[in-house]
Amino acid sequence: MDAEVIHRLHFAFTVTFHYLFPQLTMGLALLIVVLKSVALKTGSQQWDRAARFWGKIFAINFVFGVVTGIPMEFEFGTNWARFSQLSGGVIGQPLAMEGVFSFFLESAFLGLFLYGEKRLSKTMHWFSAVMVFFGSWISGFFIIVTDAWMQHPVAFDRLPNGQFEVLSFWQLLLNPWGLLQYAHNMTGAVVTASFVMAATGAFYLLEGRTSSYGRIFVKVGVVAGLISTILIIFPTGDLHGKYVARHQPAAIAAMEGLFQTTSGAGIVLMGQPNEQTQQIDNPIVVNNVLSFLIYGTTKAEVKGLDQFPRDQWPTNLPLLFYAYHIMAGLGTYFVLLMIVAALFLWRRRLFQTRWLLWLLLISFPLPYIANTAGWMTAEIGRQPWLIYGLMRTSEGFSSTVSAGNGLFTLLGFMGLYTVLGLLFTVLVYREISNGPEGGGPEPKAAEQVHAD
Amino acid sequence: MLGFIWFWLVAVMIVGYVVLDGFDLGVGVLHLFLVRTEDERRATLHSIGPVWDGNEVWLLAGGGTLYFAFPLLYASAFSGFYLPLMIVLWLLILRGVSLEMRNHLDMGVWTGLLDGIFGLASALLIIFYGAALANVLRGVPLAPDGYFFLPLWTNWQPGVQPGILDWYTVIGGVVALVALTLHGALWLAIKTSGDLAKRARSLVNPLLAGLMGLTLVSLIATIAVRPQSLNNYYQYPVTFIVPVGVLLALAAVWHFNRNAQPLRAFLGSCFYLFFMLAGACWGLYPVLLPATTGAQNDITLQRAISSPHTLAVGLVWWAFGMALAVAYIVFVYSRFKGKVDSAAQSH
Repeated sequence: MDAEVIHRLHFAFTVTFHYLFPQLTMGLALLIVVLKSVALKTGSQQWDRAARFWGKIFAINFVFGVVTGIPMEFEFGTNWARFSQLSGGVIGQPLAMEGVFSFFLESAFLGLFLYGEKRLSKTMHWFSAVMVFFGSWISGFFIIVTDAWMQHPVAFDRLPNGQFEVLSFWQLLLNPWGLLQYAHNMTGAVVTASFVMAATGAFYLLEGRTSSYGRIFVKVGVVAGLISTILIIFPTGDLHGKYVARHQPAAIAAMEGLFQTTSGAGIVLMGQPNEQTQQIDNPIVVNNVLSFLIYGTTKAEVKGLDQFPRDQWPTNLPLLFYAYHIMAGLGTYFVLLMIVAALFLWRRRLFQTRWLLWLLLISFPLPYIANTAGWMTAEIGRQPWLIYGLMRTSEGFSSTVSAGNGLFTLLGFMGLYTVLGLLFTVLVYREISNGPEGGGPEPKAAEQVHAD
Repeated sequence: MLGFIWFWLVAVMIVGYVVLDGFDLGVGVLHLFLVRTEDERRATLHSIGPVWDGNEVWLLAGGGTLYFAFPLLYASAFSGFYLPLMIVLWLLILRGVSLEMRNHLDMGVWTGLLDGIFGLASALLIIFYGAALANVLRGVPLAPDGYFFLPLWTNWQPGVQPGILDWYTVIGGVVALVALTLHGALWLAIKTSGDLAKRARSLVNPLLAGLMGLTLVSLIATIAVRPQSLNNYYQYPVTFIVPVGVLLALAAVWHFNRNAQPLRAFLGSCFYLFFMLAGACWGLYPVLLPATTGAQNDITLQRAISSPHTLAVGLVWWAFGMALAVAYIVFVYSRFKGKVDSAAQSH
């Protein structure tokens, strides 16, 4: 394998594994604020303990996110040196700002939230949860700004030595691509957290233990899930998709599997792109829908891949097509599931309806897959560009790091992350088995156990 | 001027990282051999529990700052030190995860293994950091385009084509190990009580004696390996105050430890680390990464710096953001001041 492939795999593997954790961190931070707010408002011990229980899972998840996140920043320099040298003046800023504005905030208040319940007032403890939420969401913002500039470079100038420099700091931060992507991505994080919380609640209800907590978790999970699964399609996904269509037409054509430019283009629900024959094998198509989704009219012409030179096609077309369709298909399932669950919740029948609880339980891995597939769509769609339209991926990797050295460390990460994945599963499963009441029968006793 | 400012701002981030993460790394080393009972282990871990990941943020924030202020240096150094950096990442992962798992009370037979991984990863990280700094002071075989790639070792001699590890950088690693173990012992003397605090304090003097000797050895070795390190000092003789500060800081540690004032002794150790790092940076300035292949290949401040506009904008948010960060940090440390309760349970 050549060095470019190794460096791409290196980043893809480590970032994919990493993002399994922050998506729950960010979504859960919001839901913990919800739990803590109810507890603060009603003075309910039960909601406080519910928040404390999710705080423990949050803490495990956070640590795994931190330790797998540090390699991401390093890899810009270690594996993508030529890219970093030219782009550091632009995207080095949001990356440094993430550390300065978000990580200090997040880690400081997480320490207070987890270790300080006994040393803080109730309001201060609630405030710590809010600050952890802000920290994690600010962090997400700066990462999206970084990625958005690679997807849709704005507000830059090129110096004689080839380096990029920022022309407007605010335009960099308020890149329209970034704002749309941020809204879409953060909603995706809330979808993951909602499903995880609802699944945990469903598990308790099915097992018939700690049912009072099970009901809280299912209720919060389903309500948050209903809102977020709708928002992720409309307006965030819809607007983001239209923006991609305008600025990366080759990517959208490849995502949709549209080889020929078509008026009244149909949408391919399923099929296998065949690059040799330039068509979709075994297609299931709904007529005119694609034109409508992108341009709001069924007659509009949608550019196909035939409009673009072959060397500007996304380099892994079938994978892009599948990633996009997996994301969109799962998104559709999520909204259906949550609508049904919310109806049952509203009719007060959800907690007794075992088949629906089972569906909620076994569906929790799917948002992880959908979020991953969404990111694959964005990043494979950007290919063959590293900075869209300006720098090719083949021009960015570290030329001094040989394929052999890259493979050595890639294998190292694969081994280490396999162990991490197992450990994480064991740790979280134990917390869920212990349950929210695991700390002792009386809330007061529990307070002492967990306070520091 | 902007270049000068950003050089020292990056230096501040590095000092912040070493001073703060330094004590929890040192505590990690001590966890291997100083701590005996389960209660003591828990108290030890609790003394760093609320702060260690915040301390690690300095590494990330420092790396990010380096990235945007000196992109060429970031690109060159990170790809050139590829293998040791990857090993550092793996050690950080092992350390963070073993600490997190150790915080769960009922790990049973795995507890000892986790303690061992935590302690060993801490020790190796310190050695790598010390060696890394020594690599920068010694220089690397930069090509004219500003890139290099170092193997882990060659013939263990600093020369034109050295490895990451040679006798000089190994000295750097050992100095760091002793300095941060001392730093951690002083932290434990502040945060713990009873027999453990007493043992931590009694460890201070032997470590201090060793550190004194090693500091002198490293100083002489640095001058031998890269004599130009002294140029700035001769040009501005007032800056010889830095090595004097190193010695005074060590004397302060000894004095305050003898008088049972652990907080002041710890601050003395902070100043020792500050003066050592500041002295090293001053010895390099305005070179960021010296070339063993001739001074024309050095990565200098002028060569690596971002454009003035980028740096000016950065200064605004950096100052604002770091002021906020320092406020959080002061707040957190003030909330957790005082000794940890050795009977305390985990979160």
